[in-house]
Amino acid sequence: MHGLINRTIQCFAQDTYGEAAWLNAMEVTGLGFAEFEAMLSYDEETPQLVLSALSGLLDVPQDTILEDIGTYLVSHENSEAVRRLLRFGGVNFLEFLHSLDDLPDRTRLAVADLKLPKLELREHAIDRFSLSVTGAVSGFAAVLVGVLRAMADDYGVLVFLERLPNRGGAEIIEIQVIETAFAAGRGFDLGARAG
Amino acid sequence: MTVTQQEDMAKVLDAFCPMHLQLDATGHICHVGPTLQKLRPETPFVGLRFMEVFELRRPRSVSSMDELLKSAFVKLHMRFRDGPQTALNGVLAPLPEGQGAVVNLSFGISLVDAVRDYALTGTDFAATDLAIEMLYLVEAKSAAMEASRKLNMRLQGAMIAAEEQAYTDTLTGLKNRRALDHVLQRLITTNSDFALMNIDLDYFKAVNDTLGHAAGDYVLQKVARIMVEETRSEDTVARVGGDEFVIIFDGLTDRKKLAAVAQRIIAKLEQPMPFGEQICNISASCGTALSESYETLDAAQIQADADLALYASKNAGRARHSFFTPKMRPASKSSFTSPPPQMINPAADRLVERRSR
Repeated sequence: MHGLINRTIQCFAQDTYGEAAWLNAMEVTGLGFAEFEAMLSYDEETPQLVLSALSGLLDVPQDTILEDIGTYLVSHENSEAVRRLLRFGGVNFLEFLHSLDDLPDRTRLAVADLKLPKLELREHAIDRFSLSVTGAVSGFAAVLVGVLRAMADDYGVLVFLERLPNRGGAEIIEIQVIETAFAAGRGFDLGARAG
Repeated sequence: MTVTQQEDMAKVLDAFCPMHLQLDATGHICHVGPTLQKLRPETPFVGLRFMEVFELRRPRSVSSMDELLKSAFVKLHMRFRDGPQTALNGVLAPLPEGQGAVVNLSFGISLVDAVRDYALTGTDFAATDLAIEMLYLVEAKSAAMEASRKLNMRLQGAMIAAEEQAYTDTLTGLKNRRALDHVLQRLITTNSDFALMNIDLDYFKAVNDTLGHAAGDYVLQKVARIMVEETRSEDTVARVGGDEFVIIFDGLTDRKKLAAVAQRIIAKLEQPMPFGEQICNISASCGTALSESYETLDAAQIQADADLALYASKNAGRARHSFFTPKMRPASKSSFTSPPPQMINPAADRLVERRSR
């Protein structure tokens, strides 16, 4: 699995649960190290090992951790770069939703060997969408729910998100946009750079 | 064109090319796209001459509208005459029947700076413009490069540490056998003069056996410090076995000086070393071979000869220093094959000590 994914879990756990909890979890995995490199590759099952360890130690369901990782990616100051890259997807939330189809390709342009699951947005009504997530590993939909919720906040949009039972090997997220101008949202300065 | 036609065209062009300009027959600006106007909110472009606002960098010799029209359809390089002098690329298309021209502009490679300087947003670019994708890529690639750069720096640090470790004896911090071989080979290939001194600790086995390994380690570290203190920075001090050391004196072949160094080292080593409640007493035997004694120098040969000199010191009663002489070769051989009972057999002595480490 790409180091960026493992590294994300690490940064999230350290920033959210603290250094001690992270070290304990890595001890449980028996991997023999506690520091992931963003630009190296690891075994496919590594993220699952780490997540199980965190979930067991903290007594938090894995799906909750995954959702929180999604939120963290968008809203935490330490991952401002990710928020900015996602905001390039669209000038408003609806445009952003439509840009999700391109997300795996956009990601590949930046980091060639980082493969994300296939995303497909279906528009059922002007304010109702479903997003299907098809990939080798499950759990990505949970992360996306966190990402979508935080991005809606970022654009100042009120949404209702629900994960539906898997259909034909795909994880499904139902998205209902309730209010497009709910709050001011956070600004996006094209010319600024995440530090 | 009628006024309505002109307004219709302006609307279309504003959507497709928000950084375009329309020029009339005399080269005056008669319409500006919204993004281009955003770059100079205080300057009403309409009514100004194109060449007043922009400085054409390529092609250079253009100064009139006629000349400008001759540059139709070629890539124009220009910049604002006033600051910030953002660089712009452009292309001009003449309108039919001498009605003027349309010039479309873009930032080209100055896009990243321009977006920052003018606080542009996604809506300032045509929906089909790749500018946003380019900004995305610049930012994504910078983030990825930064992550790679950090990894490279950590790896470089680890590599330097590993190389350092590969050439270091971890207990004493002295150089190890690998490092010694390396230095020796370098000196031989560069035809340098040097002295190679082998030093064996005497009675070290006794310290190790009676006072334990901790005491032994302490003594070895102390010995290392003494040897470093008694040599120059350009000399190489290496620990090559349990209690075996080698010093290479780079550029020093003066027998008197070398003998004096050896004597000082032996004297210092012989000073009792307190370890906790205990006192450790050791000494050392040294043997030195000089590079100048050989017509063709061979690393194995000079090391073997320094060893012979060392054995000579041991056989002569330890705690002394000898220089290698060719005489030692048969003489030391005989002492190996049938050592007199009262004589110390260095080889056996060393084997036991090595096993005890």
